Amino acid sequence: MQVTKELVGYVAELSRIKLDEAQTEKMQSELGAVIDYMDVLNRLDTDGVEPLSHVFNITNVMREDDVKPSYDRELLLSNAPERTDETVIVPKTVE
Amino acid sequence: MNWEIVMGLEVHVELSTKTKIFCSCTTEFGGAPNTHCCPVCTGMPGTLPVLNEKVLEYAVKAGIALNCDITRYNKFDRKNYFYPDLPKAYQISQLYLPFARDGHVDITTPSGVSKSIRIHEIHMEEDAGKLIHSPYGDATFPDYNRCGVPLIEIVSEPDFRSAEEVVAYLAKLKSSFEYLGISDVKMEEGSMRADVNLSVRPYGSSEFGTRTEMKNINSFKAIERAIAFESQRQIELLESGGTVVQETRRWDDNKGKSLAMRSKENAQDYRYFPEPDIPPISISEEMIKELTDAQPEFAHEKLERYVADFGMAKADAEIITSSKHLASLFEKTTELCGNPKETVYWILSQIMYFMNERGVLPENITLSPEKFARFIGIVLSDRINRQTGKTVFEAMFFADGDFDVEKYIVENNLEQVDDTDLIRETIKSVFAANPKTVEQYKAGQTKVTGFFVGQTMKALKGKAKPDTVNKVLTEELKNL
Amino acid sequence: MEITTMTALEIARAIKNKEITCADAVNAVLNAIDATDGKINAYITVCREQALQKAEEIQNKIDSGELTSPLAGVPISIKDNICTKGVKTSCASKILGDFSPVYNATVVEKLEAAGAIVIGKLNMDEFAMGSTSETSFYGATLNPWDTSKVPGGSSGGSAAAVASGEAVCALGSDTGGSIRQPASYCGVTGFKPTYGTVSRFGLIAYASSLDQIGPVAKDVADCAAIMDVIRGKDVADGTSLDVEYPEYLTSLTGDIKGMKIGVPTECFNEGLDPQVSAKVKEAAEVLRSLGAVVEEISLPFLDYVIPAYYIIAAAEASSNLSRFDGVKYGFRSSNYDGLTDLYNATRSEGFGDEVKKRILLGTFVLSSGYYDAYYRKALKVKSIIKDHFDRIFADYDLILSPVTPTTAPEIGKSLSDPLKMYLSDVYTVSANIAGLPGLSVPCGFDNNGMPVGLQLLGQRLSETTVLNAGYAYQQATEFHKARPEVK
Repeated sequence: MQVTKELVGYVAELSRIKLDEAQTEKMQSELGAVIDYMDVLNRLDTDGVEPLSHVFNITNVMREDDVKPSYDRELLLSNAPERTDETVIVPKTVE
Repeated sequence: MNWEIVMGLEVHVELSTKTKIFCSCTTEFGGAPNTHCCPVCTGMPGTLPVLNEKVLEYAVKAGIALNCDITRYNKFDRKNYFYPDLPKAYQISQLYLPFARDGHVDITTPSGVSKSIRIHEIHMEEDAGKLIHSPYGDATFPDYNRCGVPLIEIVSEPDFRSAEEVVAYLAKLKSSFEYLGISDVKMEEGSMRADVNLSVRPYGSSEFGTRTEMKNINSFKAIERAIAFESQRQIELLESGGTVVQETRRWDDNKGKSLAMRSKENAQDYRYFPEPDIPPISISEEMIKELTDAQPEFAHEKLERYVADFGMAKADAEIITSSKHLASLFEKTTELCGNPKETVYWILSQIMYFMNERGVLPENITLSPEKFARFIGIVLSDRINRQTGKTVFEAMFFADGDFDVEKYIVENNLEQVDDTDLIRETIKSVFAANPKTVEQYKAGQTKVTGFFVGQTMKALKGKAKPDTVNKVLTEELKNL
Repeated sequence: MEITTMTALEIARAIKNKEITCADAVNAVLNAIDATDGKINAYITVCREQALQKAEEIQNKIDSGELTSPLAGVPISIKDNICTKGVKTSCASKILGDFSPVYNATVVEKLEAAGAIVIGKLNMDEFAMGSTSETSFYGATLNPWDTSKVPGGSSGGSAAAVASGEAVCALGSDTGGSIRQPASYCGVTGFKPTYGTVSRFGLIAYASSLDQIGPVAKDVADCAAIMDVIRGKDVADGTSLDVEYPEYLTSLTGDIKGMKIGVPTECFNEGLDPQVSAKVKEAAEVLRSLGAVVEEISLPFLDYVIPAYYIIAAAEASSNLSRFDGVKYGFRSSNYDGLTDLYNATRSEGFGDEVKKRILLGTFVLSSGYYDAYYRKALKVKSIIKDHFDRIFADYDLILSPVTPTTAPEIGKSLSDPLKMYLSDVYTVSANIAGLPGLSVPCGFDNNGMPVGLQLLGQRLSETTVLNAGYAYQQATEFHKARPEVK
């Protein structure tokens, strides 16, 4: 698997991480090495094997539909970097 | 060239559970910004989602109602994207194993087209928050109250060929979910939202054209306008030699047009993967049977029964079954009073009037079937006449709590007057007070009879029994 | 009485017997921090006032007989990726800024209810991504045995603090070995429980399907006592297991006669330091002498565990860390133009290089066109690995191996060769992939006096077997009692 600069750029954009030229090159080589190494998995025949995401075969862990009091808004907003009394603030999302 | 419009729908429906899908905050609509929130639904670090069992129940009910195969073993997945209305930066949804697949919805349009719309799948997911844009300056204020409100998304196959079919389908979904009691289904409040995938192609072609997806359509009216606009836009584009770009477009109902969303929002790679925080869902045969048995009688089924059992006119039955609440009021009242015809009469004449003229919503009707039935009993026993009945009905309909029909009639002295002597006396005084009209009658102008009835009723404050007034008046007119 | 060399259980007993007070215990730890933390940098936050105040409260409850738990009055320190209400929780990352959680992690609630006293928050690799504790925004933690060496990671602060006496015991988290490996490098005991045994609610997620909180302590008995408090079904964590849990501490009998222990030949191949190999083999002999049946077994899938682990962990991390976007909490770049740039600038300035690399890797393996070849493939390999372990555990009670291929490397050596660093997790990641309980106990020293660790893995939910074997080993040996002199 060839890790190109374009691929690094694409993945960085999806990840919302800005890389300058030097960082892109470094990531390209380091990610390249790791991804190359990961290709050893291709030596393992996994035909017919079901992907496993949960090691325990448990299902239907649910809770009852009972309302609990919400949190104090002031507390919820207490860690916000920029805020009003009611919400956090972000740059406008529409023109 | 003649063009055919081809559409598929993605309909989001908010489920009316008490709490959110993954935390115990209320789902109540409105509320001051960020007051229906907790660390879980605001995506605080370290928090985990736990599924609300009612969400699964409601979702499966919907799946059964739309004739789907229920996926016995289904899972949640994460859909990853950055946006300020999504505090975790991923939406918990279902991609790989949605809970319902391969269903269908049968529709009939006003112009008589009957067809079956195929449902590709239905999945459960969480709603995002709401963004409030400041009119002054560069700021948006995210309100997370709606974050985590449970949704089902119903994805249809591209089976629609006209706006009329789309509207009939949405109306059918709305009615079904209302009868199931799983959603408020109000497009205006956003508890039902439709995205339209639309393409056009020359008639007779079996290939699909390039489609666009239209979002932000908030009413039945808007949907017709949006479809008309977008199909015309694509046709004009193709006829002038252009090509349709596959993109997401935003419907602007004020401007009456759809606008392409920024290309960044179009180029999405959501990187779905199985949600590791939520164990899979297993749906048992017992649960499916239980929820199948608990399916209500839906509008179209009630309509057929009303026509067959009660001899109701189809148009009347359509009105009554258009709302679960009206249908329920009708059925319960009829059962108590034993007179479907009279019940229909009062619903169609009075309640429909209140709904149309005063904006009463069927779900807000507080009139109990017991009171309604007692009222009908009183009318049928001739204790009040129909005219007075309307006054009494209105008072009863809008009264709160402990309204007593009997007491109201007695206290306001509204009982029907059936005293022949009194009526005769009154008619005589009406004649005396209107000598010119009497002259006209004598001259053969029999049309003035109605005037005498009216004056007599008026003199008796509308309480006289109309039959008796007519009978005595006929006798007295002969004596003139 | 030298409080800083006492185990948690010994301290609790001494408090109960009125030989010392809770305040004595807390002060002893605070003094140790004052004395040596300038050298090893194990703490990010020390809750001095709060701990002393709590000591008084707990003392009253112990005196009145209200609190009788085996951990009542014991000072404990918490890895800085576990949420503590009102106390800065940073994951050792710039991006969390001065983030102060509005709720306690379930484990913290449970420990406080049992009378344990939170001393402070421990340093770690940024977001638990690393094997050296060098990637912390708050500076590297150093190994108390030799401050030119790393303490391991990611729970390096936890292991270094316990080893140096700056903590009586600690909580760490283990995603691919992050408790066991630093415990091994620092000569302390670390336990990674069965996935789902300890609630993850309040643990800031690295890789949700692999993360488990567990104890780092001076010996197995302390680990068992902490496990008795923190384990159990939590309604706030859907992956926590609703099973009948045994009492771990009281199940430590030290009797391992007839216990079947498999030793994988692949774990002793080239790449393993001969000194480490020798110490681990000696440990196996000790267990054999205690009555265990020790046999060679094979782990033919060992070549695949590292790639499968890094694919799964990075994928989940890329999603889990997306919420750190400068909008709701923590750091926000002051230098941006518009929303997308706010995200880009905040995340580029807020995350360190190793975290960025794993986010990019995770984004890659989930992205359109690569999902099947990498992520889905890794989940299939996970299934194969789990099945294979299940077959081994049908015949064996435990698997014995080294914790790491070498003893603690020098500062700065590992990060220069990232792939080599990833490969050093080869013995530990399997436990996370298959959800197994894993214990790391000290089993000797190399020629430079650096600790060597022994790993014992068991079948899921066999914590009593794993802990009991470690307990028996510690009854027979003294390695866990050795303490460094911090220079």
